[in-house]
Amino acid sequence: MRANCWMGKNKLEVQQVPDPKILNQQDAIVRITSTAICGSDLHLYGGFVPTMESGDILGHEFMGEVVEIGSKVKNLKKGDRVVVPFPIACGACFFCQKKMFSLCENSNPNANVAEALMGHSPAGVFGYSHMLGGFAGGQAEYARVPFADVGPLKIPEGLSDEQVLFLSDIFPTGYMGAEMCDIEPGDTIAVWGAGPVGLFAMKSAYLLGAERVIAIDRVPYRLRMAQEKAGAIPINYEETSVLETLKDITGGRGPDKCIDAVGLESHTHGLVYAYDRAKQALMLESDRPIALREAIVACRNGGTVSVIGVYGGLIDKFPMGSLMNRSITLKTGQCHVQRYMQPLLGRIQKGEIDPSFVITHRMNLDQAPEGYAMFRDKQDECEKVVLRM
Amino acid sequence: MPRTQSQNIASGLGWFSIGLGLAEVAAPGAVASLVGLPGNSATRNVLRVFGIRELATGIGILKNPGEPGWIWARVAGDALDIAALWTGAQSNGRDTARSATATAALIGLTVMDAFCGAQLSTASKDAGERNGSKAKRSNRVSRSIIVDRPVEEVYRFWHDFGNLPKFMTFLESVESTGDRRSHWTANGPAGAQVEWDADIVVDEPNREIAWSSAEGAPFKNSGSVRFEPAPGNRGTLVRVEMEYAPFGVVFPSVMGKMLGVDVGQRIQHDLRNFKQVLELGEVTRSDASIHAAMHPARPANGHA
Repeated sequence: MRANCWMGKNKLEVQQVPDPKILNQQDAIVRITSTAICGSDLHLYGGFVPTMESGDILGHEFMGEVVEIGSKVKNLKKGDRVVVPFPIACGACFFCQKKMFSLCENSNPNANVAEALMGHSPAGVFGYSHMLGGFAGGQAEYARVPFADVGPLKIPEGLSDEQVLFLSDIFPTGYMGAEMCDIEPGDTIAVWGAGPVGLFAMKSAYLLGAERVIAIDRVPYRLRMAQEKAGAIPINYEETSVLETLKDITGGRGPDKCIDAVGLESHTHGLVYAYDRAKQALMLESDRPIALREAIVACRNGGTVSVIGVYGGLIDKFPMGSLMNRSITLKTGQCHVQRYMQPLLGRIQKGEIDPSFVITHRMNLDQAPEGYAMFRDKQDECEKVVLRM
Repeated sequence: MPRTQSQNIASGLGWFSIGLGLAEVAAPGAVASLVGLPGNSATRNVLRVFGIRELATGIGILKNPGEPGWIWARVAGDALDIAALWTGAQSNGRDTARSATATAALIGLTVMDAFCGAQLSTASKDAGERNGSKAKRSNRVSRSIIVDRPVEEVYRFWHDFGNLPKFMTFLESVESTGDRRSHWTANGPAGAQVEWDADIVVDEPNREIAWSSAEGAPFKNSGSVRFEPAPGNRGTLVRVEMEYAPFGVVFPSVMGKMLGVDVGQRIQHDLRNFKQVLELGEVTRSDASIHAAMHPARPANGHA
């Protein structure tokens, strides 16, 4: 089969590789019909995530048709059309029983490596480094899906790939970001990052009852999308002071809840960016937490900062004093996608949201390397790339 | 491990590095005037670079307080500081008295760095000899895991030694050969197989199983596994303790390679496999993990 392989920092190749086979009794093999490039794939692309190997197949947002099942799979059969969640979860362990699927204790064969870097290991993830399991990803013609009865969601007739594909990651991730805010009537929610996850966080904040949503970014077309498609008030941080503008909008109090949908490669202008970029290059910190710092400082007293942007390692100059003295709650986590797929499918079916609004580019699998470069460099107003077979 | 006095000195020096580094990066002009150097832009740039170096060594020292390498990096940096200060003091716009004071302070600091580095080097050499293959004493490793199954079931599964190779990756087979005796076959380095007999020395149903290698085993090893109910009905807490005596030159070549470099990590990995076998019926595999060595995460050729 053909697959999009990571061949080194900023180097991708679509290669011919062997077809996947059943390795565990609860596996299914899925023939992929649609797959997407995620913002977090860009962290792998740029070499910011350790334990990548040359030849790794990327991709963790995919869907398709079940073509083979293992001997212990009960809920799926050949021919079923499914969306696959990005965290791999067994459904049986302590954390899966608590519905914290991205913390599954049994799905990461390389838990030792993750444990050494993070203290304890999270769940395995498709196509996301060897530290998170060494699972082949879904930017390919076929994928092996472990725990087929636990993860994949069967899609009813009448819904297109583009309407449901993002149930694999970015819609539930954005939704969980808003849910962690415990939104109350009248709340103003500020979202850093108007990428696809940020847009879903904004939409979800409204679905969950927010009064006003504010989008913070620097890319004009992304802010325009946030305004037009997600109903957010845009702030361009390259043009105005974010903190002052937020105070101005909220009568000096600050947004009630803040969402960091940026993560470890955030940008800003001037010295602060130079400081963090230099420390990252010198390996003195691995992540640039510029948006996170600002979200904490901006948040109103007693508010909540919800972090769904991806971080990998260590950050520097964390405003702990602001967080502690002002009773800020910090909530975070890789999305427990399995928990949200069915209810969010319900919202799509009811017409409350059509997730395909984020798509700006449709390409073939063979064009994956081009799609990555375009998405990273924000060329051609690229917001979300879907690859079709 | 309790911190030694030299480790405390080291961490003091580490914090000093960070403080000085920050000052040099953020306020090079003020630092220049403090040590009696001209406050021109060339000096400020040099001080900024020195500041980054101070930050790097400071963080290195604090992250690895027992390691002499970072302290020696400070000693090298001190020499550079003294040389720079000396060169700077020859140029115009200097403040001789301040430069002299700063140089004296720097020399004092260098002596302290060198003293601390020497102490840590000796300490880390001692520790190396204690843990090295020449050590007389044996090694003991303990690891634990919680398995979401009742104690009886977990005990019963482990008690059938034929199950051990299902989760202990280095074992080929374990066969019961007598009342308390079993025959163990393990995959050694370069495809060689190592075999030995072991005896059960403790068998308390639902509490503990302990075993020990019999006379004539290629290396002496013993182990125990204890079972207790995890708090809050969360299954069974399983604790494995293994002890292995280095046995001449055989230990590093056979046991070391069999178990991997870090025995504790190997045991933890096997305990995770054990948990998966009991909770899921088999060990979870990924595309990369079906290979013996590091391998890209992609399907393998010809693997069933």
